[in-house]
Amino acid sequence: MAGAVEIANFAEATSAVAKGPYDLTLVEGSITTPHDAERIHHIRRASKTLVTIGACATSGGIQALRNFKDVKEFTSLVYATPEFIETLNKSTPIADHIRVDYELRGCPINKHQLVEVLSALLFGRQPNTPAESVCLECKRRGSVCVMVAHGTPCLGPVTHAGCGAICPAYDRGCYGCFGPQETPNTESLSAWWSKLGVGEADLLRAYRSFNANADAFRKESEAHEG
Amino acid sequence: MKVRTIKVDMLARVEGEGALTIKMKGDEVQDVEFRIFEPPRFFEAFLRGRSYAEAPDITARICGICPVAYQMSAVHAIEDALEVKVEGPLRALRRLIYCGEWIESHVLHIYMLHAPDFLGKDDVIQMAKEHPKEVEQALRLKKAGNEIVALLGGREIHPVNVRVGGFYKVPSKKDLAPLAEKLKWARDAARATVLWTAKLPFPEFEQDYEFVALRHPGEYPMNEGRLVSSKGLDIAVKDYENYFFEEHVQRSNALHSVLRNRGAYFVGPLARFNLNHDKLSKVAQEAAREAKFKPGCRNPFKSIIARAVETLYACDEALRIIEAYEPPETPAVDIAVKAGTGTATTEAPRGILYHRYRLDDSGTIQEAKIVPPTSQNQKTIESDLREFITKNIRLPQTELAWQCEQAIRNYDPCISCATHFLKLTIERD
Repeated sequence: MAGAVEIANFAEATSAVAKGPYDLTLVEGSITTPHDAERIHHIRRASKTLVTIGACATSGGIQALRNFKDVKEFTSLVYATPEFIETLNKSTPIADHIRVDYELRGCPINKHQLVEVLSALLFGRQPNTPAESVCLECKRRGSVCVMVAHGTPCLGPVTHAGCGAICPAYDRGCYGCFGPQETPNTESLSAWWSKLGVGEADLLRAYRSFNANADAFRKESEAHEG
Repeated sequence: MKVRTIKVDMLARVEGEGALTIKMKGDEVQDVEFRIFEPPRFFEAFLRGRSYAEAPDITARICGICPVAYQMSAVHAIEDALEVKVEGPLRALRRLIYCGEWIESHVLHIYMLHAPDFLGKDDVIQMAKEHPKEVEQALRLKKAGNEIVALLGGREIHPVNVRVGGFYKVPSKKDLAPLAEKLKWARDAARATVLWTAKLPFPEFEQDYEFVALRHPGEYPMNEGRLVSSKGLDIAVKDYENYFFEEHVQRSNALHSVLRNRGAYFVGPLARFNLNHDKLSKVAQEAAREAKFKPGCRNPFKSIIARAVETLYACDEALRIIEAYEPPETPAVDIAVKAGTGTATTEAPRGILYHRYRLDDSGTIQEAKIVPPTSQNQKTIESDLREFITKNIRLPQTELAWQCEQAIRNYDPCISCATHFLKLTIERD
């Protein structure tokens, strides 16, 4: 693949920059400043295909925890001189601002999925990154279900596949870093968690982490606000 | 009046985004300032109200290159608050996963980010045309580090297996065996890297730095030790905030850290090497000697050699740990939640990383403080640039701009971890 692509603009890796327009732009990170909100439109205009990668770009990421609080309070908690800081009240996914051609989930993304998307685009076919739940990957990996066998709360049933079901293979419950799967039954899962003795505050925190602003997770977390 | 401006749109080959402006009057440098335009991040605020158990997963997200460092500082600080001590094989496994991160982070910086500067290349892809053997070796060496983190952590980036008290699951002796074979090759490649970096062309440049690092009586520092400096500082980690404090500078979204009554200081591989050379393994000490790289080095450009020596050490240490490993009875020690405040400093690849947490009796985080290495080096980077530009003002502009960027990369700055680097502007009156 290295021979098939030319890296046109990637400041973290190279000083050389090629002028656009570009065949493909990969966007990571969420929109959190007025400058970003402006710049993303320029990037869209310079790109034939635009793919967002990672939990920040596809859901607002962990930075979206501010969406549930007063950002001014956060700024003054972290920075001694908050008036120097320019930031938006909410952290939002790229698709809230521009048309996005394809989204790749996860915090972090899975490198095999990235290679799949790039090669699909090179060959002009649809990428194969199923929106099924982590449970299916977990079964294929041959892991024992941590929730059924050990009573460990797991977000796998409502979480988007793609990581390869790592957490259960390491004897812990999934913590949802790929965000919600296509049709998540979060309400039912929460009921199961409650039966396992998980309290409301922990349920709220479980849905409100790296994909707190993804629709299904946001709504479910709000259902557990005390 | 003739005004000349040198502009480099964005500083390349660093993590994160920012700009550098240098104001000149004649040949005199008037002001050097960083502007960081990485958006402000609010991790310390996000941590309030979260469970102590979530801190290693949340703080890992501060950096995609050194998530293990954040996890290590987080778990050690929380264990300090809960008065839990993690020892034996669990302690050794934590050291092993840190070795993996040192290898992957150091090799990435040595070959992919910093070496192109010394060789006059835009990037490693260009470098690969003239130095294919080195680049190939670098990729394989980095992979050895990645594989340690992936095996112990579940994946290379944001590993899932680190928890307060230990791990969720520990490997068997057999699980670790394939790593040992790769690490034996990696150790040889790292030794060659030390000798290769030592032959790079280094600018003549020295300053009177105060180097700060952890120091441990029995080992090269990673997760434990006292904070010591080249100018006589010797304090317990819990006293960190009595000696170091942060200033918020208008031009940046990062906080600059200074040493009380002394100012700028220098953390990272060169500081660790200068302060802990005697604790390196024999193999690492011999390679440094062969490369004529001695403790007391004050040329920041030579930090690339220190990084290579540490890569070698990390391969050697990882092998030692794997050979001595006997699995613990349980993957984690029992935790009894209680109210308290805990602190920890660990040695991230880029230097000391301080965390403090205050927990209530349910284990909920009431307050968190995180001081990453780049914000600790930032004042020293500015002072290097001021000095470097003053000495090299007669260089052609493009060359000067290039060397300034190189001077910044000496510190392997991770701007996104300094919360939050660079467009280079030189204004000449």
